[in-house]
Amino acid sequence: MTRRRAMTQGTATTDAPAAAQAVPGAGRRASAAVRACLALCGLGALVLVALAAGKFPVPVAEVFAILASKLFGTAPGEATAQVVVLQVRLPRVAAALVVGAALSSAGATYQGLFRNPLVSPDILGVSAGAGLGAVLGITLALPVLAIQGLAFAGGLGAVAIVYAVGALVGRHDPVLTLVLAGVAVGAVLGSGISLLKVLADPYNQLPAITYWLLGSLSSVTLSDVLAILPAIGLGLLPLVLLRWRMNLMSLGEEEARALGIETRWLRPLLVAAATLVTAAAVSVTGVIGWIGLVVPHVARGLVGPDFRRLLPASALLGAGYLVAVDLAARTLAPIEVPLGILTALAGAPFFLWLLAAGKRGWS
Amino acid sequence: MLSVEALAFGYGAREVGAGVSFSLGAGEVLCLLGPNGGGKTTLFKTLLGLLPARAGRVRLDGEDLSRWSRRRIARAIAYVPQAHAAFFPFTVRAVVLMGRAARLAPFASPGRKDREAADAALERLGIAHLGERIYTEISGGERQMVLIARALAGEPRILVMDEPTASLDFGNQTRVLEQVRRLSATGIAVVLSTHDPGHAFLCADRVALLHGGRLVALGDPEATITPESLRRVYGVEVAVVPLPGHGRSVCTPILA
Repeated sequence: MTRRRAMTQGTATTDAPAAAQAVPGAGRRASAAVRACLALCGLGALVLVALAAGKFPVPVAEVFAILASKLFGTAPGEATAQVVVLQVRLPRVAAALVVGAALSSAGATYQGLFRNPLVSPDILGVSAGAGLGAVLGITLALPVLAIQGLAFAGGLGAVAIVYAVGALVGRHDPVLTLVLAGVAVGAVLGSGISLLKVLADPYNQLPAITYWLLGSLSSVTLSDVLAILPAIGLGLLPLVLLRWRMNLMSLGEEEARALGIETRWLRPLLVAAATLVTAAAVSVTGVIGWIGLVVPHVARGLVGPDFRRLLPASALLGAGYLVAVDLAARTLAPIEVPLGILTALAGAPFFLWLLAAGKRGWS
Repeated sequence: MLSVEALAFGYGAREVGAGVSFSLGAGEVLCLLGPNGGGKTTLFKTLLGLLPARAGRVRLDGEDLSRWSRRRIARAIAYVPQAHAAFFPFTVRAVVLMGRAARLAPFASPGRKDREAADAALERLGIAHLGERIYTEISGGERQMVLIARALAGEPRILVMDEPTASLDFGNQTRVLEQVRRLSATGIAVVLSTHDPGHAFLCADRVALLHGGRLVALGDPEATITPESLRRVYGVEVAVVPLPGHGRSVCTPILA
């Protein structure tokens, strides 16, 4: 709490208050643009590093040359480096950018909608539903596309069930009811996953299931990324259009309605949008936990709770975070570490620190 | 302007009150008194259209409010909740800007006109200096002023204030009541509830006593707030005496 106050005062003094006073708002907007540029540059640098580093290191200059040859038709570089950068690493980095941004945006939305710092795609049952769908697909030995489709349907179905249960059970505190319904439905779906794991062929299917449930980008192709882009774009659209109204949703049902917001259709719309984004992301990479929970908290600490800034900040930060985690996953150890393990290892202690620091950003 | 006709209100199957009728003109202040659980908050929620009326109706300029959209109701009637702790540390200016929601197109974000309206509302309540402060870090009295400013930013004709003086210190209670008088002087009608009958003498044109979900008295403060009526509603002995030189009475309980 005290820390956060110190931070806000810090920004107030560094943001040239004199300029901001002369033209109200202009100074703030200018500095926001500068910060957005810096964040984009940082993300670009991270992407370059991620394309360059790995078992087969490629100098950053050559990464540039390879990208330029692809974009502008200039002379291509060395063939092996070209394959490594364009066919091995580019799809992973692109997927990390898209999935990281998607999961973090969805997480920021869920937290605002449900006014609960513990709410994330993991808790509302999207991940469990998508997990069950994918595990079912793997057990039935379906093709990859069908597995992704089942994961997608499972994620949407789980949240639909959670929402229906929440609507049936409670009238007094719809938010708490939904969260509790999510925990219960998630537990049932989790037992379904466990059952399928017991039934699965231990030599072929079980490793695939385990790997999928821990999340990985190692087998992602560029066409996978392109395939989920429409769903993610469709889901992000309402979040972008309603970004200011999201602020009002965080006031709670009654106050938002008193201010003229028709929450009865806005809340389901936003939940559906965030779920669509999550389910699409999870369907290609498997369950990557903790990002949707932790990244929005960090973003809120950096840019404040206004969803107009929180949404882009969460998306950028999440994209960068997943690129960095994936880079660590394939360079830290001789074998590739599943992403879910790393995000949990980094996320859980951070979350505990957040609790100890007095719900920073939640007051 | 606003007329409430034989209104019955409650949650779901549970009826909290019934047979409530009153009307409110522009610039009029109606103070609602009554014990806890008497139905004040439920009545307010029904007035605001947040709960459906179980019987009777609320009319604004002769039109039945139950047919109006949330947005249209919010543009006419603004709600000032009790000063609360918000969940996110928004700045005061961002909180006040939220009062513009009903004035914006469904997918629009606030523009220059809305920011000016928010700043004007802050100015009007004399809290422009709080603009960049964090809502969750200011005092309860300041928060109540911010919530009034948020309501004003939407340019409503009627303010509904749920116990605006609750949990405020003596000075802030007085400042909120002064504000109520000032707003009514500009033509805004105010319905407020309070626990202190003295507040009704200070700011109300009319007083309604709500007991067990029924209106037991309605009229101007001097005629309505009497030792008899307060004994009936609260079950305690009260002295109501004129305050020399102020043209109004004061009210104080008498301990047994």
